[in-house]
Amino acid sequence: MNPTLRGVMMFALVAGLIGLTGLMQGWNSALVILNMGLVSAIMALGVNLQWGFAGLFNIGVMGFVALGGLAAVLISMPPTTEAWAAGGMRMGAALVTGALTVIAAIFAHNRLAPGWQRGLITLAIVIGGFLLYRTLFDPARDAIESVNPAGTGYLGGLSLPILLAWPAGGLLAAGAAWLIGKTALGLRSDYLAIATLGIAEIIIALMKNEDWLSRGVKNVVGLPRPVPYEIDLQNDPAFVEQAGNLGLSAVEWSTLYVKLGYTGLFTAVLVLLLVLAQLALASPWGRMMRAIRDNETAAEAMGKNVKRRHLEIFILGSAICGIAGAMMTTLDGQLTPGSYQPLRFTFLVWVMVIVGGSGNNFGAVLGGFLIWFLWVQVEPLGTWAISMITTPLPDGSALKDHLIASAPQMRLLTMGVVLLVVLRFYPKGLLPER
Amino acid sequence: MDLLNALVALANFVLVPALAYGSQLALGALGVTLIYGILRFSNFAHGDTMAFGAMVTILVTWLFQGIGLSIDPLPTALLALPFGIIATAALVYATDRVVYRFYRQAKAAPVMLVIVSMGVMFIMNGLVRFIIGVDDQRFADGARFLISARDFREMTGLAEGLAIRTSQAITVVTAILVVIALFWFLNRTRMGKSMRAYSDNEDLALLSGINPERVVAVTWIIVAALATIAGVLYGLDKGFKPFVYFHLLLPVFASAIVGGLGSPIGAIAGGFIVAFSEVTITYAWKKVVTYLVPEGMEPSGLLQLLGTDYKYAVSFAILVIVLLFRPTGLFRGKSV
Repeated sequence: MNPTLRGVMMFALVAGLIGLTGLMQGWNSALVILNMGLVSAIMALGVNLQWGFAGLFNIGVMGFVALGGLAAVLISMPPTTEAWAAGGMRMGAALVTGALTVIAAIFAHNRLAPGWQRGLITLAIVIGGFLLYRTLFDPARDAIESVNPAGTGYLGGLSLPILLAWPAGGLLAAGAAWLIGKTALGLRSDYLAIATLGIAEIIIALMKNEDWLSRGVKNVVGLPRPVPYEIDLQNDPAFVEQAGNLGLSAVEWSTLYVKLGYTGLFTAVLVLLLVLAQLALASPWGRMMRAIRDNETAAEAMGKNVKRRHLEIFILGSAICGIAGAMMTTLDGQLTPGSYQPLRFTFLVWVMVIVGGSGNNFGAVLGGFLIWFLWVQVEPLGTWAISMITTPLPDGSALKDHLIASAPQMRLLTMGVVLLVVLRFYPKGLLPER
Repeated sequence: MDLLNALVALANFVLVPALAYGSQLALGALGVTLIYGILRFSNFAHGDTMAFGAMVTILVTWLFQGIGLSIDPLPTALLALPFGIIATAALVYATDRVVYRFYRQAKAAPVMLVIVSMGVMFIMNGLVRFIIGVDDQRFADGARFLISARDFREMTGLAEGLAIRTSQAITVVTAILVVIALFWFLNRTRMGKSMRAYSDNEDLALLSGINPERVVAVTWIIVAALATIAGVLYGLDKGFKPFVYFHLLLPVFASAIVGGLGSPIGAIAGGFIVAFSEVTITYAWKKVVTYLVPEGMEPSGLLQLLGTDYKYAVSFAILVIVLLFRPTGLFRGKSV
């Protein structure tokens, strides 16, 4: 089949699935799936950039997504002025001290002549810097966290429009990716994978425990929205009239209207990123990337700076994941560090890319929608299937209850089977690289 | 006296827990390193293999507890362990036949196998959650302590107590026995020698008539046994919770890589290095230091370098430091 036709048909299939959801489970559910599908597609685009274009095995996606979420809080929430007064400056000083320590240690290590003296001096800088950092950091943290701990207890944000958080999330993730790339990109694929997995865990641990920064597991709720609130819409007479014209109740139309607002915003971002990714893929830079991916040694022999290119694409891909993370937190309206699980935010995105077709941007986007749809719908389908299978069992039997209670876990199983089947029979994914 | 107290406190809070944890990590890392050595890929499903083995063992333990079978004061789980190993070996062997063999015969790139193992990870994770649920399961029974803190205090008259839990003692003893058996197998038996030959140079091994499918099958079975034992010991020591096993992947891999992937002795050393660093860096040293410094100079803070939630950061930091300065690990593993 002609690849373009195949792509069109695949996307039509996804649209049909979402449309079917709308008809059977209501348009509200369909829009919920569509919105998260858009976010997932952006994440998949980011991973595809790294894996599909450059063959970088990054399984720390969760960390960059979480950093995007953190950016949403830091940009949009109002600053806690008392907390800033109590310990803001000291916290700043502590963080600067920490950063200077690291820089000094790296500087010492790079500039001094190799030998045991160098190790000793570097170690002394690290230990001394750490002690100084903790002396500054601990009281500042305690002061900030003791300001109204039930309500704020953190520094708060900049009170800027939340849409700014999306690029900011990308920048934050890019900054982290630069740091990580500088240390870990020289490693070969398996090691890079483990390193990124570890970094993602560390980022989540930071966000869970550093209450002064993002309230940790106490969560930040009530983030401002880029779209109107349902209740305001329902109180607007013009809006109620509009709903009447559509034959919907004001409540129904307001929920749909808000979700459609997100859909519009997310679609705009996805289209923009997709266009940029396509342009990049077709540019000389994209060709060079693929040449490096296919044969690193040959590309290096041709004078390509492999390390530099890898760093670039690692940063770009991670930034896209950060943007998606900020968008997701905006959609949720809250930051809950406890909810970041690697299976959901790293490995599921990987399934999306592999199933959709790594190396093909449209494939990654398709995978994002399709896998997200499956992830959501397998749960009710599994419950339904299990209750059909267990019909012969008597009501109240322990086995039946257990099976029905476990049905939601079917989604992990399904994802694994989908991934393995696609890898075996369509190793290039549903929309293969051209 | 104070010095003794400090030593006992150190042993109680740092040495004993780290020894037990290190044994569990070492067993886990041995599995990872064997797969890497023979099959040449990093098996991301290893944490979930451990969870699966532990789960089967727990189910059999409950069965035994139900019919009143016990080996008090030892935990019943030890009796159920062989069944867990058999079930896990059957599962991973079947996985190899159905999933991995295809890619091995197609001579797929190692990274392909890593991605395949991600799919297997999803399936095993789903299977465990489906069968036993996501909640905490306790299955340890028998005597709780070998020496309880109070007995120790009464025995020695020291202010500090040293508690050794049965699970910790069993962990260390089992780990030692398993490691001895494994090294005997690898170094003394024909099969073990074939495995090492295959790991060192595949083509040469094939030329000298070693049957690769047999080597691979035996490897999977040994790995299943190691993973199950590690999983059960970890569960006895700290309780069973499916997603915790998934998170064990990081310290286990860190141990294997720090020691040098493909090197069994390195995996053991790596396990203890990671465990001791994690425990010492996240331990609040106040108690020990208070005994050691002269009176009036007691520290005011907890003297804890990092909160316990940052234990992953410790495994990770060790990993990065070793990889930057000695990329093949401490014991010169393979670097494909």
